[in-house]
Amino acid sequence: MNVVSHEDKSATEPQSKEEPIITARNVDVFYADKQALNGITLDIPANKVTSLIGPSGCGKTTFLRCINRMNDLIDICKVTGEIKIGGQDIYDEKVDVVSLRAQIGMVFQKPNPFPKSIFENVAYGPRIHRLVKTKGELNDVVERSLSKAGLLEEVKDRLDEPGTGLSGGQQQRLCIARAIAVEPKVILMDEPCSALDPIATAKIEELIDELRENYTIVIVTHSMQQAARVSQQTAFFHMGNLVEAGVTEQIFTTPQDPRTESYITGRIG
Amino acid sequence: MTDFTKQSPGLKRRHAAEIRFQWYGRSAIFIALGFLFLMVGSITMNGIGAFTQTKLALEIPLTSEHISVDDLEGANYDALVKLALRNTFPDVTKRRDKRKLYGLVSPYASFQLKDQVLADPTLVGKTTKIWFTASDYVDMYIKGNIDISRDEKTRKLNNAQIGWIDAIQKQGNLEKVFNSAFFLGGDSREPELAGILSAFMGSALSLSVCFLLSFPIGIFAAIYLEEFAPKNRWSGFIEININNLAAVPSIVFGLLGLAIFLNFFGLPRSSPLVGGMVLSLMTLPTIIIASRASLRAVPPSIREAALGIGASPVQAAFHHVVPLALPGMLTGAIIGMARALGDTAPLLMIGMVAFIVDIPTGILDKATALPVQIFLWADSPERAFQEKTSAAILVLLVFLVLMNLVAIILRRKFEQRF
Repeated sequence: MNVVSHEDKSATEPQSKEEPIITARNVDVFYADKQALNGITLDIPANKVTSLIGPSGCGKTTFLRCINRMNDLIDICKVTGEIKIGGQDIYDEKVDVVSLRAQIGMVFQKPNPFPKSIFENVAYGPRIHRLVKTKGELNDVVERSLSKAGLLEEVKDRLDEPGTGLSGGQQQRLCIARAIAVEPKVILMDEPCSALDPIATAKIEELIDELRENYTIVIVTHSMQQAARVSQQTAFFHMGNLVEAGVTEQIFTTPQDPRTESYITGRIG
Repeated sequence: MTDFTKQSPGLKRRHAAEIRFQWYGRSAIFIALGFLFLMVGSITMNGIGAFTQTKLALEIPLTSEHISVDDLEGANYDALVKLALRNTFPDVTKRRDKRKLYGLVSPYASFQLKDQVLADPTLVGKTTKIWFTASDYVDMYIKGNIDISRDEKTRKLNNAQIGWIDAIQKQGNLEKVFNSAFFLGGDSREPELAGILSAFMGSALSLSVCFLLSFPIGIFAAIYLEEFAPKNRWSGFIEININNLAAVPSIVFGLLGLAIFLNFFGLPRSSPLVGGMVLSLMTLPTIIIASRASLRAVPPSIREAALGIGASPVQAAFHHVVPLALPGMLTGAIIGMARALGDTAPLLMIGMVAFIVDIPTGILDKATALPVQIFLWADSPERAFQEKTSAAILVLLVFLVLMNLVAIILRRKFEQRF
């Protein structure tokens, strides 16, 4: 993954050998008159975990929410620039947001299971997208998704109990199961562990590592340790700018930009 | 170390202010409760009597000289009742006194007799004891509402009449029974026969129309405004207008109903259909405001969760947000209905203030409503109607309490934690 500075037009083409699945070019985001992101250009490789780090209010969540167009929900939010997923411009007029979001799963900061049964939580997505034809297939999908999310063993005897009755960590894994039940290509995670205790966090991190085989994961995190533990690629945001992006070890050991270094060593943030 | 038991003057003042404030609150609640008990208590005291009714028994000579089995319809039942009264008090001879004597039973006693005879023709041929509704003054006297220490000329019952009543009572031919006519009858000019069923049915029909119109329109308006409408100057304008409509005096809606539903569309006057339509104009703002508030109370994370896995906005709203908001919407609707149940003014404007004896069976029949019935009875001069007024208020209050209870139960039952 490479980042290219806004001014340096000659370097717009990514230099990475592997084909990136998500490419962002000069993405600006405005909340009314306030600019929240300035010309973000970033490549996100397939089947890897990319973490977006940076101090509060730096725009990392805003960027994440551009990728599945969740920002459309905010009336005053305006996005310019280009984001392509698998070569397709997602801000094109012809793009159906509903079908886009079906392929880009999202896991939110606070676990937000539907106040329905565990089964219904996972089954909802496949059902509305008509991914399954029979009740048996639906059961299979639910079971497979829960198993991939590492939750099946804990809940298999109480699938009809409310999802909101689970512990915080279990709820978050339920949300992950819900997201993967619709077979997305990309999973976006917005600080998925910020509301969880260290043990639940460890479980989620383990899960993220396993999911990387089949999915591209973009994760926003406050915790640099977490970024270092789970991600292969890291992008550092600061005050609406993408300061630096690259292989995680490189960012953490030999940051190029002084701001990155200050943040990593705890001087800003 | 400082002494924690020491209080600075400022701290003492703060504690005193706190205690004072608590007492203000307690006394405010005490005063409010006091007025509530006073109101309900006085209405109950006045109205409880209307749930019983005085009946008196007469020996009716249903013998062949007065009535023939072949012509039950044509018999003079009025004369039979009068004859029975005269037989009970043979010493009454003067014309004026006889008229006073006949006044002891309800003017409809002859119809009661006819109904009984038609229902059971075997009564004919012998003298039978039959119970009749006493006139309202007898009823008032038995319930102790007539002050017999007053001058005879200023009261409705003279000493002779009181003597007769006492005599009948001594014979065991007078008793107080549960007043079923009050619950099963329509309005009447005679207080002893007036009932609330026609008004109650009118209210029930109007409220049904009101609910069927205002609930769907209200919640769909609320869902659209809250979940789908763009937030711009127009939606702001609409919101302000809805909030203002909630505060418009109800008689204005009545005038609107008169001008549009009756005069322009020519819908039937005095009908529960128009009543319900006018009441739904009045309840709509309440339902919309309450529904929007309960939609807003659903955490946005639920919407995001649904949209995040690719639900369309309509699916997100109807699969997740609306079911969570529904208890609140129902509560709002029921509270709006309760307000509509108690409202009189708009119904006066569309003619639901008429004297309705028949019990309405459809939404196009002429009808009146409970609060209007109360208003009508409160306006009547007879002492007995005062009792009816309070009793009808009690019935209305019972239904208001029941509706609010349903609202609470629905909220408890369907409320989901998230």
